[in-house]
Amino acid sequence: MAPAAVTLAADASRLSSADTGFMLICSALVMLMTPGLAFFYGGMVRVKSTLNMLMMSFISLGIVTLLWVFYGFALAFGTDRGSFLGWTSAFAGFSGIDRMQLWDGTTIPVFAFAVFQLMFAVITPALISGALADRVKFTAWSVFLVLWVTIVYFPVAHWVWGEGGWAHDLGVIDFAGGTAVHINAGAAALGVILVIGKRVGFQKDPMRPHSLPLVMLGAGLLWFGWFGFNAGSWLGNDDGVSALMFVNTQIATGAAMLAWLAWERFRHGAFTTLGAASGAVAGLVAITPSGGAVSPLGAIAVGAVAGVLCSMAVGLKYRLGYDDSLDVVGVHMVGGVVGSLLIGFLADGKGQSAAKGLFYGGGPGQLGKQCAGVFAVLAYSLIASAVLALLLDRTIGMRVTQDTEISGVDRAQHAETAYDFSGAGGGVIAGAAQAPAVARTRRVDA
Amino acid sequence: MKLITAVVKPHRFDAIKEVLQAFGVHGLTVTEASGYGRQRGHTEVYRGAEYTVDLVPKIRIEVLAEDEDAEELIDVIVKAARTGKIGDGKVWSVPVETAVRVRTGERGPDAL
Repeated sequence: MAPAAVTLAADASRLSSADTGFMLICSALVMLMTPGLAFFYGGMVRVKSTLNMLMMSFISLGIVTLLWVFYGFALAFGTDRGSFLGWTSAFAGFSGIDRMQLWDGTTIPVFAFAVFQLMFAVITPALISGALADRVKFTAWSVFLVLWVTIVYFPVAHWVWGEGGWAHDLGVIDFAGGTAVHINAGAAALGVILVIGKRVGFQKDPMRPHSLPLVMLGAGLLWFGWFGFNAGSWLGNDDGVSALMFVNTQIATGAAMLAWLAWERFRHGAFTTLGAASGAVAGLVAITPSGGAVSPLGAIAVGAVAGVLCSMAVGLKYRLGYDDSLDVVGVHMVGGVVGSLLIGFLADGKGQSAAKGLFYGGGPGQLGKQCAGVFAVLAYSLIASAVLALLLDRTIGMRVTQDTEISGVDRAQHAETAYDFSGAGGGVIAGAAQAPAVARTRRVDA
Repeated sequence: MKLITAVVKPHRFDAIKEVLQAFGVHGLTVTEASGYGRQRGHTEVYRGAEYTVDLVPKIRIEVLAEDEDAEELIDVIVKAARTGKIGDGKVWSVPVETAVRVRTGERGPDAL
């Protein structure tokens, strides 16, 4: 991510319409990732909680958007206050931002940068929801969303990308969100599920995905949107780094899909659809931090390692007994750690910075920095998220009742069901005129 | 009269329908069903987790027949349904007391 301080004076002459257009398109692409994620997750749950899964992602588009305008952007990307948090009062409510004001060191308006980063803030907490499938109250999730982005995401985004943020100043490389987005969300998911516990029937009842075509649709939308997520993170396209990132995104994702499938074929004897979709997402996650620093051949290595390691990691929940419903920890946290740490080995010094990894004669310095960033974010997010979940669980309660969980959260929490399987109907519209009570007058006593 | 019920593999339905039509059967009822016999389903893998799916999809075909046709009908259904592999299904018949054509009120063999 490019430097992040603000020039308050309007500077019309430097505004690039090409870069601005590029960034607005990238922002729209990243926005599409959240509904994509909703389908990816929605297909993986059982029929009875499909809508809840879609809604847990979708609601983030509403809640986080407003929080971002009120104070999120100011906290994450405002002037640094002690390396931990930022604040610029002109950003609060977007009240003091002029449309011609440029984001510092770039050729794009502050508004373009702010809306691009907003999309990151929207999808990151949505990623967590996959671990909580089937069993969380929608109101509790919504409150968690508010607290989590405020206490965890906004500060962590500042650490990693904000001018003056400690990880940013240390030289931790996180091109588009391996630490700030994926490790952050994965660790948060782990923290929350350790507090709220397993689904009823975990490791006993089959919990098969109800629609693999929806999963593939979601994975496809994610892959497509991810080009905006990754290539857009250079905030312009005049020096080829965006193009390198775009290329590496495609390469690593293809490699990760093949690696996951190969591993599955070897371990379980089949090339599964869910494996192809999951491998692709694992590759996207891993190349997110590293794609601006590695070569295209390096991207193949990143993808292949992530594909196999994430595939192995998703099995851990059965061995260790924690119920990460849709493998947010196995795919996002592990994928993010793999991608971030591989920078310390595979950075070739020809991409976003001159920093070189171990395999390119750079010594262990960059790897050390990556470790610092990875483990600080992981620990902070895990602990803070667990504390938040505990707080909510003790006050408003995080989980639905067991009856509701068994009969399905869709009907109980949203007054809807995803599919109408009954050809016979049988419902009555509330308030509609009742049928004449013929039966009563003609009743025959047996 | 007899009610002949066949629970068979879904992909054999067209073949069974053809032989029934050739036999002169005018109507039948088909239901999607699921169940298991001796083969006990199959295994599916999702991200490495293996699930045993013991209910397999079947179709249930029901035909009313006159007593003298019943045995022959069962034979033609069995022949059309057979693939020789496990899970081919079952066919059976039970006696029927009465049958009424709803539109005309005809009863018994006239209703078939």
